[in-house]
Amino acid sequence: MWELIRANQRRSNLLMGAMGVLLLATGWAVGETVFAAPVPGVLVAAGLWLVQSEVALRSGHKLLMLVSRARPVSKQDHPILFNVVEEMSVASGLPRPPEVYILDEDAPNAFAAGMGPERAAVAVTAGLLERLTRDELQGVIAHEISHIKHRDVRYLTLMAVMAGSVVILADFARRVLFFGGVRRRTSANQRGAAPIYLVALVLILIAPLVARLMYLALSRRREFLADAGAAVATRYPEGLASALEKIERYWSPMANANPATAPMFIVNPLVNPLAAVETLFSTHPPTAQRVRILRSLAGTVSFAAFDQAFRQVTGRPVGVVPAAALRQESVPVRQPSSDPRTALDRLRQTTDLLWRLGGYSFIPCPCGTTLKVPPIYRGQTLPCPHCATPHPVVAPASSPQA
Amino acid sequence: MAFFIALALLVLFLLWLVGLYNRLVRARNEVRNAWSQIDVQLKRRWDLIPNLVETVKGYMQHERETLEAVTRARQQAISISGDVAARAQAENILSQTLRSLFAVAENYPDLKANQNFLALQEELTSTENKIAFARQYYNDAVLRLNNLIQMFPSNLIASQFHFTPEVFFQLEAAEERRRPEVKF
Repeated sequence: MWELIRANQRRSNLLMGAMGVLLLATGWAVGETVFAAPVPGVLVAAGLWLVQSEVALRSGHKLLMLVSRARPVSKQDHPILFNVVEEMSVASGLPRPPEVYILDEDAPNAFAAGMGPERAAVAVTAGLLERLTRDELQGVIAHEISHIKHRDVRYLTLMAVMAGSVVILADFARRVLFFGGVRRRTSANQRGAAPIYLVALVLILIAPLVARLMYLALSRRREFLADAGAAVATRYPEGLASALEKIERYWSPMANANPATAPMFIVNPLVNPLAAVETLFSTHPPTAQRVRILRSLAGTVSFAAFDQAFRQVTGRPVGVVPAAALRQESVPVRQPSSDPRTALDRLRQTTDLLWRLGGYSFIPCPCGTTLKVPPIYRGQTLPCPHCATPHPVVAPASSPQA
Repeated sequence: MAFFIALALLVLFLLWLVGLYNRLVRARNEVRNAWSQIDVQLKRRWDLIPNLVETVKGYMQHERETLEAVTRARQQAISISGDVAARAQAENILSQTLRSLFAVAENYPDLKANQNFLALQEELTSTENKIAFARQYYNDAVLRLNNLIQMFPSNLIASQFHFTPEVFFQLEAAEERRRPEVKF
């Protein structure tokens, strides 16, 4: 496992270094074209980078959850979800389970965020909880925890921050140049710096594109690696395979996803996986391919078996797993576990969870009904709608935050 | 010049030794950490069982033996400390009695409608899963450590600093034992 993480990290550092160079180069180009002096531009770029990385390192995962409108849940809100998260962190040897968040979205999807195994979070949508069995949920959570363990989420967050800075700088330069920088341009020309000036101009135009490509360079490969990690941790690749199929089948555009967070989801929330064409800009490999690879792991799972399946399904000569991780033991696939819940049970658990998060309090009535009292209810008692027994209503101690 | 080359080689060699030693320490710490994960889950299971027996008692008057077997197996498991292999065996028995308890519970529809019982069942099932996953992680860690201790050249350092091989935690369910282990 450590070999895999280390190989991953080497690639990350390389790309992050390249992104840093791109950022500083963009700063130089902005300085050259806008201020006619390169040094302040580079300084501005470096400053922007430092400030944003600092913010990301301090509160990256909380910020991402906030942006995605995810809300924290506690164990009593959905015991099964919590247990599955704990099981998978035990299986992957995380020092402690990540925080759990829920997104009030109907499309089934999930993502992870965090700066390291000690400070991380996973978020799942209500639609996911509602449609997935326990084994399938386990597969999805194991995939997300693999991302945390492989340090993918940390890398993605830092890369997103840098790519964002490049875009901001280039955007600023474009605006100034096209809407008022004409005078400066002539002065730069007079100094006879035309070739350098042209290089800077071209850089400003292509930098955002290059930043985006770099941001996505590793994301597809890492999806495969997280799939492999999930198969090994759960010892049940079929769980993730059928979860991916469901996520694809019930896909719908998500209201609170954006291009910066899209690569972090298990399936891209912005591009319909059924209509997706794989391009350089794809954040995720085709879902059908991922499912086929997982399904061809029969009998035993290991990173080596996954790598072989990957080469077989995609027809590519080179696998995805770093050579050092191939030596790991293979483990036998386990039996499917039984999930006694029906689709209706799952729906009820999920809507109950959303109601609790909305501040509703629950009163069980001896007749078998559960009264769900809205937070705006001001009465002292509430009669049961079935048996008319009056129940005292206790105002919730503190209203949960939105 | 030759002196400096020799010195550089010596320093490199020492650094390499330190690296090997650190790898051994890391592997041993991982085993300890993995063991504490198992330990937490086993204790959690002991804590859940009295609750379960209490909840089930009222419904299953005809299954006294099953309930007593569970309680006895729990006592047995708690009383053993230290030896990994003996503990694994006791916990193994406890798992089996629990499994038969839940199998018998299938015959009691009233019990299966009891919210308290359902919550306990979910907790115990999840704890079983966690034990299984923690054991898997622990055994991986033990294998890594034992390989380092037995293989050249790390075995030289291991014997010098008294690293001892650890014991695997075998917690076999019947169906798992039947399946052949594939190792490379």
